[in-house]
Amino acid sequence: MNSRFSKSTQTHLARLGVLLALLLGALFAGFPVLWMVASSFKSNTEIFAYPPRLIAESFSAGAYLAVFTNAEKVRFFLNSYLVSGMVTLLTLLVGILGGYSFSRYTFFFKKPLNMLIIGVQAVPPITLLIPYFSLIVGLKLHNSYLALILTYMVFTLSYAIIMMTGYFNTLPRELDEAVMIDGGSSFVALWSVLVPISLPGIVSVGIYTFMLAWNEFLFALTLTKTTDMRTVPVGIQLLMGQHSYEWNEMMAMSVLGSLPVLLLFLFFQRYFIAGMTAGSVKG
Amino acid sequence: MHARAPETAGQRPRQAFSNVQGLLSPAPQPVFQACFPSEKTALSTNHSQATTFQKLPALRKKLVPFAYLSPTLLLLAMLSLLPIAMVFFYSLQDNVIMNKTPQWVGFENYSKILGDSVFQQALLNTLYFTGMSVLFHLLLGLAFALLLNTRLIGPLPKALFRMVYILPWVFTATIIAILWRLLLNPNGVLNYLLLWTGLVSDKIEWLSSRQLALHTVTFINIWAGYPFYMVSLLAGLQGIPDELYEAGRIDGANGRQLFRFITLPQLTPIIVSLAMLDFIWTMQQFTLIWMTTGGGPIRATEMLSTFTYKLAFSSYEFSLASTSAFVILLLSMGVAWFYVRKQRASDE
Repeated sequence: MNSRFSKSTQTHLARLGVLLALLLGALFAGFPVLWMVASSFKSNTEIFAYPPRLIAESFSAGAYLAVFTNAEKVRFFLNSYLVSGMVTLLTLLVGILGGYSFSRYTFFFKKPLNMLIIGVQAVPPITLLIPYFSLIVGLKLHNSYLALILTYMVFTLSYAIIMMTGYFNTLPRELDEAVMIDGGSSFVALWSVLVPISLPGIVSVGIYTFMLAWNEFLFALTLTKTTDMRTVPVGIQLLMGQHSYEWNEMMAMSVLGSLPVLLLFLFFQRYFIAGMTAGSVKG
Repeated sequence: MHARAPETAGQRPRQAFSNVQGLLSPAPQPVFQACFPSEKTALSTNHSQATTFQKLPALRKKLVPFAYLSPTLLLLAMLSLLPIAMVFFYSLQDNVIMNKTPQWVGFENYSKILGDSVFQQALLNTLYFTGMSVLFHLLLGLAFALLLNTRLIGPLPKALFRMVYILPWVFTATIIAILWRLLLNPNGVLNYLLLWTGLVSDKIEWLSSRQLALHTVTFINIWAGYPFYMVSLLAGLQGIPDELYEAGRIDGANGRQLFRFITLPQLTPIIVSLAMLDFIWTMQQFTLIWMTTGGGPIRATEMLSTFTYKLAFSSYEFSLASTSAFVILLLSMGVAWFYVRKQRASDE
């Protein structure tokens, strides 16, 4: 057999094999998501139709309409946007200040504080839940937005400080010094020079923070009580608890509830992946 | 889900965040450090200013970093140190929270919790769930990363496949839970496909069978968690210098040997980091279990987290729940300690 021919055949076979494996993997990863989207456009009676069909005869956006016209469900979304937005804003603000301090100053207790910030990330949420419950009730914050915003920040803040410190460390000190020679304070240097340059890092941290807050379930379940204060993840659970399952509406809510993170992912893929891999990849 | 736990001081902070600029850049650097590398320069600056003997400005200068850190310090003290002290304090008493006059019982609650058969089962379930998740996250993540790193197909299809593969990571645990409840429903599409292909002859009760439920929730968690490994390992693969492979080929190594003696050793530090972080997070998983089985049927999928939650908010046994919560903290911290030590070692 001609050796060149056999080699190109081999490459073709290898390519075919890889493509087949990739398709199988895509089916594994993507089919559940496809099924979720497809089900959200079905009527509830067709959810378990036999045989199952990806696109039902009654294809309609009725489930979405039902979610949008239900004030209670719209409120879940508003709550989630409000809480996640506030958490992101406050985390970035406090995180930038903290990161600046760690990057530019040396101070008493720096090492233990650094260890604490690192350690907080390994504390299981369930450990904090009982004292949080008693603290939040004690402060009369139970069932309030502030309860969620404050408690979420403990987890988002560590990450933000560590990331911002790392980012500021990559920026030369001459930048701040130039501002200070002109008579500006370190505060001015931070906000007028460092923060604008650090925007890519800030976007990464912001996306990650928003996602953590948007997805949080355990604290939202415990620290809020009335339906009008619930966020999307807990709202979906409430729908499940009822006796008749409105599967199509739950799927529509799931699609809508995933949309913010999905859009962030599609438009900011780089930042998203940077934030995601930051902790584990070591060159 | 948690923020990524950190690594210790990196040697090349200048490159931190390099993966922000170039997606999965060839030499991805840890972003996590950083608190220390600047110290040397900071110290020398301070030293030169101390010679000016201006005491008041020197004091002011010492307070500046704390001014920047004050919101952080306040939040951390109130929402991490205080609660941890509280939960430990609760665990040493009986009738906390529900009763105004709790009794001091010392470590009695600990022997009660550790001897509780449900706690023991929850511990075993958690270990199985966590161990299997970490193992299969790694295997799937590595397999997909290798597939996506191939040169046999073009960059555009590769980018598309990568996007589909990352999908599970975009969804939150609540949504993943109900999505799989729909798919795994006895009348659902998965059972239909299995019956249609003749692989099974009866509908399977994936989540309500005592024998299957634990495996099923573990499977769902594996589906939900592999993208994190995949993305990190892909970055790692792209960081391996080509020269290593070329040298290997010159020495006559075949594909399998190249993988065994070049790829795998190069990825090992990332793999160890990933596995430890994943172990810590998966051990804490609550939402997925709560939303799929709630720990049932009959404790078959009870985890330490669901056990503790029920103890507190269904049985109102806040003292015992605090004890269990503190035990979970110790377990997490144990793994985290290994992680930090390992990171330290690889930095030196």
